[in-house]
Amino acid sequence: MIPAQFDYLAPTTVEEALAALAEHGDDAKIIAGGQSLLPVLRMRLNAPEFVIDIGRIDSLRGVSDDGDAIVIGAMTTHVDVGKDPLVAEHATLVTKAIEHLADAQVRHRGTFGGALAHADPAGDLGAPALALDAEFVITGSGGERRVAAADFFEDFMTTAIADDEILTSVRIPKHTGWGAHYEKFVRVAHQWPIVAVAATVKTDGGTISEARVGLTNMGSVPLRATSVEQALVGQPATDDAVRRAAASAAEGTNPPSDLNGDADYRKHLATVLTRRAVLAAAGA
Amino acid sequence: MTATAEPQLEIGRDRRRKEDQRLITGRTRWTDNITLPGMLHLAMVRSPFAHAKITNIDTEQAKKAPNVVTVVTGKDLGEEQGSLPNAWPITPDQVTPPHPPVAIDRATFAGEIVAVVVARSAAEARDAAELVDVDYEELPAALDLKEAANDTTLAHPDLGTNKSALWVFDSAEAGTGGNVDEAIQKAREGDGIVIEREYRQQRLIPAFMEPRSTVVDPTGEQITMWSATQIPHILRFLLAAVLGVSESKVRVIAPDVGGGFGGKLQTTPEEFITMVLARRLGKPIKFTETRSESMMAAHHGRDQWQKLTLSAEKDGTVTGFKVELLADLGAHVSLVGGGVPVLGAFMFNAIYKFPAYHFAVQTVLTNKAWTDAYRGAGRPEATYAIERMMTELAAELGVDPLEIREKNWIKHEEFPFTTVAGLEYDSGNYEAATAMAKEHFGYDELRAEQQRRRESNDPVQLGIGVSTFTEMCGLAPSRVLGSLDYGAGGWEHATVRMLATGKVEVITGASAHGQGHETAFSQIVADRLGVPFEDVEVLHGDTQVAPKGLDTYGSRSLVVGGEALVRAADKVIEKAKPIAAHMLEASADDLEFKAGRFGVKGTDQGVAMAEVALATFAAHDLPDGVEPSLDCDATFDPVNFNYPHGTHLCAMEVDTETGAVKMRKYTCVDDIGNVINPLIVAGQVHGGLVQGIAQALWEEAVYDDSGTLVSASFVDYLVPTAADTISFDVDHTTTPALTNTLGTKGVGEAGTIASTPAVVNAVVDAIRQFGVNDVRMPCTPERVWKAINDGGGGDKTTEAAAPHFDDSGETAIADGASE
Repeated sequence: MIPAQFDYLAPTTVEEALAALAEHGDDAKIIAGGQSLLPVLRMRLNAPEFVIDIGRIDSLRGVSDDGDAIVIGAMTTHVDVGKDPLVAEHATLVTKAIEHLADAQVRHRGTFGGALAHADPAGDLGAPALALDAEFVITGSGGERRVAAADFFEDFMTTAIADDEILTSVRIPKHTGWGAHYEKFVRVAHQWPIVAVAATVKTDGGTISEARVGLTNMGSVPLRATSVEQALVGQPATDDAVRRAAASAAEGTNPPSDLNGDADYRKHLATVLTRRAVLAAAGA
Repeated sequence: MTATAEPQLEIGRDRRRKEDQRLITGRTRWTDNITLPGMLHLAMVRSPFAHAKITNIDTEQAKKAPNVVTVVTGKDLGEEQGSLPNAWPITPDQVTPPHPPVAIDRATFAGEIVAVVVARSAAEARDAAELVDVDYEELPAALDLKEAANDTTLAHPDLGTNKSALWVFDSAEAGTGGNVDEAIQKAREGDGIVIEREYRQQRLIPAFMEPRSTVVDPTGEQITMWSATQIPHILRFLLAAVLGVSESKVRVIAPDVGGGFGGKLQTTPEEFITMVLARRLGKPIKFTETRSESMMAAHHGRDQWQKLTLSAEKDGTVTGFKVELLADLGAHVSLVGGGVPVLGAFMFNAIYKFPAYHFAVQTVLTNKAWTDAYRGAGRPEATYAIERMMTELAAELGVDPLEIREKNWIKHEEFPFTTVAGLEYDSGNYEAATAMAKEHFGYDELRAEQQRRRESNDPVQLGIGVSTFTEMCGLAPSRVLGSLDYGAGGWEHATVRMLATGKVEVITGASAHGQGHETAFSQIVADRLGVPFEDVEVLHGDTQVAPKGLDTYGSRSLVVGGEALVRAADKVIEKAKPIAAHMLEASADDLEFKAGRFGVKGTDQGVAMAEVALATFAAHDLPDGVEPSLDCDATFDPVNFNYPHGTHLCAMEVDTETGAVKMRKYTCVDDIGNVINPLIVAGQVHGGLVQGIAQALWEEAVYDDSGTLVSASFVDYLVPTAADTISFDVDHTTTPALTNTLGTKGVGEAGTIASTPAVVNAVVDAIRQFGVNDVRMPCTPERVWKAINDGGGGDKTTEAAAPHFDDSGETAIADGASE
């Protein structure tokens, strides 16, 4: 498990990092927390000539309040996001998802932006980001641009970040007062989810007034179960009503088949887990 | 002399393990930590194909890479590398393909070594290995065990068959019971019951914590090999035998070894290659495998199809049991090889009084990694089969599974009992263990809850699984091994050395790899010689320090090695007695040895063992003709196996909406005879249970249809952690073994042997009302859910890895930051 040789660069500002990316282009990879890149390098599935470590760029860490949104710096570790009071108050779904993300060691090294940029459809943060209509702040030599979550995840482990750009932060619109739940289905605790459902709902006297549902590992990118969201509006937060709405959770999905389960089984799971996630989010 | 309180006995104390401080803090030396001056490093080039002709190997580029010393192929090594040994040809006509450590003209499984790079650093060796250009001509691969048994595709075309050996035991032929076919026929034709099932023992990976590592130093008078092995003595013998080196010129050291579970009961291609190249180059060499190499090429375990036929009378009395196995050897017949299923042959009748029994195993060669011992080795497979079948019989009759067992088991007053497989069980009390387990478990209450959940159609159903296991361990009586054509004996050796200061060095041939021998053996010697626990040092694992031994596996160290130790200690006392008598000016006949002191009976005169040791060392005034040494050896060859048993009860909840299973309660009452250290026993039981539960629920080595191992990392090979298990309810009954002085029985494998069928029986019990009578292992949520819905619980696992690292070459990382 020895990676091929590479040169290691450790910029301390975003500008330096961008300059290094511009110079080395295709031969360079950015390393954030390293929880996905290091295994890839050690198994020699990839051998970049340059590894650019953005871990020393302090401006990429931390969570801040920006009016109607909270802003999570790309290099904020999972554990820091998970215990952040702003996140807990305004994006509860993210807090809930991080509780189940990998294991304690990974949560201390892995970063919020790194995981999203890696874009493994089985990663635990894509579905919550999608459900919460997060905006991805991407920085290049020409400055910053914002990409909606729906446009950020393009394909299997492929995002809207260009080769010469860096994901610098993620803006999450405040969902203050929304109930949230992340229902993750695994065989062993440290596994990637076989399927997971991220649900956040706004309830009004036992009736669901708004709902957002994201699906993990049900296709090559994180997915929104929009038909479920629509069907839930105006429904009582009861087992029967939510069961009916959740029945369409797997519509339009294309989950993988692997040794943890076939696509059809995952589609079935998605409906059961959606019902459970929504009910839990609604506090029912 | 004033009377003092009796010192507390060490045996039975929950001593913290002596070895743990150095193991847990890492202040120890694993093989990979060893660095020698001028040491070279190896990297292996492995076949990506399950079966391929090697048409050309171009090593030129690799040889030119920085700091590469040489690159060798199987052709380069030729005869010099020898052929890896199989120590147990189970039949005289066993088909055994030659096994050169580096494949010469044909790769026979994905992961087989085809070339070796020697460089000045491990990183440079690895880099250069990427430059070795091998031309392969892919050949059809024999992968599926059943198809391979039909010889449709040959794993080794020149052998003309995949069938290696057919080993049969028949109780009618052996004179230990009746004819099983007649019993089955009678049940079919009369009003008896015949249960027929086919079970799959999936392939497992031992997954020890420390990957295998070997260092060879050829520069001394003896060639020294350090290796992360369970079997330094057997390894030394076989290195000498295979490579034609004098045994006296080989020293093998197993330093602290990080687990094995049978996975390091092997002599490996990597050890032989390191040895051969170190001798050739005259320099120390190290090879440490990566985790991926360990998963792919270290031996796997289990992998059987079991065809089972059980006949019984209408009242549940079993009349016959017929067992027909196919066992997958992989591409080579490994060290124990086909002997693993043969070790199970004596255990399918378990604790029961079956009148007729037939066992046959066909071992089969395939183009997959070789298989060999894995915790329990043969006995888990047997226990699974019979404990599943007894449960099926109970279900067929509509009676409680414990009731059907009680009807058939050996009663405690019937011991010693000679079984239909020809073994003599010395002792046991199945009634007592079962009664205690039922009470701890709350058996009746859980049955009542199960009934309530069924009646209310609760989405979460409850199942209760039973496993009343026994096993044969303490490998092994040498005569029995001889009668089975095993290539060695089963004795164990110990030495007790009395140092001048009264401290004691104990040398054992049973080399631990995590079991806690240093602690348990110190407790035994402390009591026997009356010396403080702290004053005993246990030495092992180096053939120069512990020259004789047969190592650690098969739950043998305590029951065989411990008995050797007791005998050596007793010899020390006998040897010290005339010297003590001389010192006390008394007759040896008037002395008694108690609590570390020789006393003159009826007086307060006495002399401590430490004083005798010092006087012996000084040797100034010894009796005439007495040698100035108290040191003693003993070699113990057991006359019988020993037979731990126990009753395991497991409650599983099944979420019928998803098929997810959750353990609710696990109670085990094991009878392992007298316990030396309850803490070590608890550790063995807990770890053993988890390993057996893991077979039931999580672990499986899966190959795809081109012969690539897809569960090749811990992403897809699901080894459980503490987060996946519950707190077990562990207790014991004590029926001392009659075959060793201490009355102990082995415990290293018991948990693993017992737990697998308890869990699967519980899963099946939870969903039997849906018409389910089996779920194939591992009982994944998908299989359980399918079993409930359309009876698909026997489907094979989808042969694809989760795609986290599948195609991560470019697309995964091009996006920028990684997680």
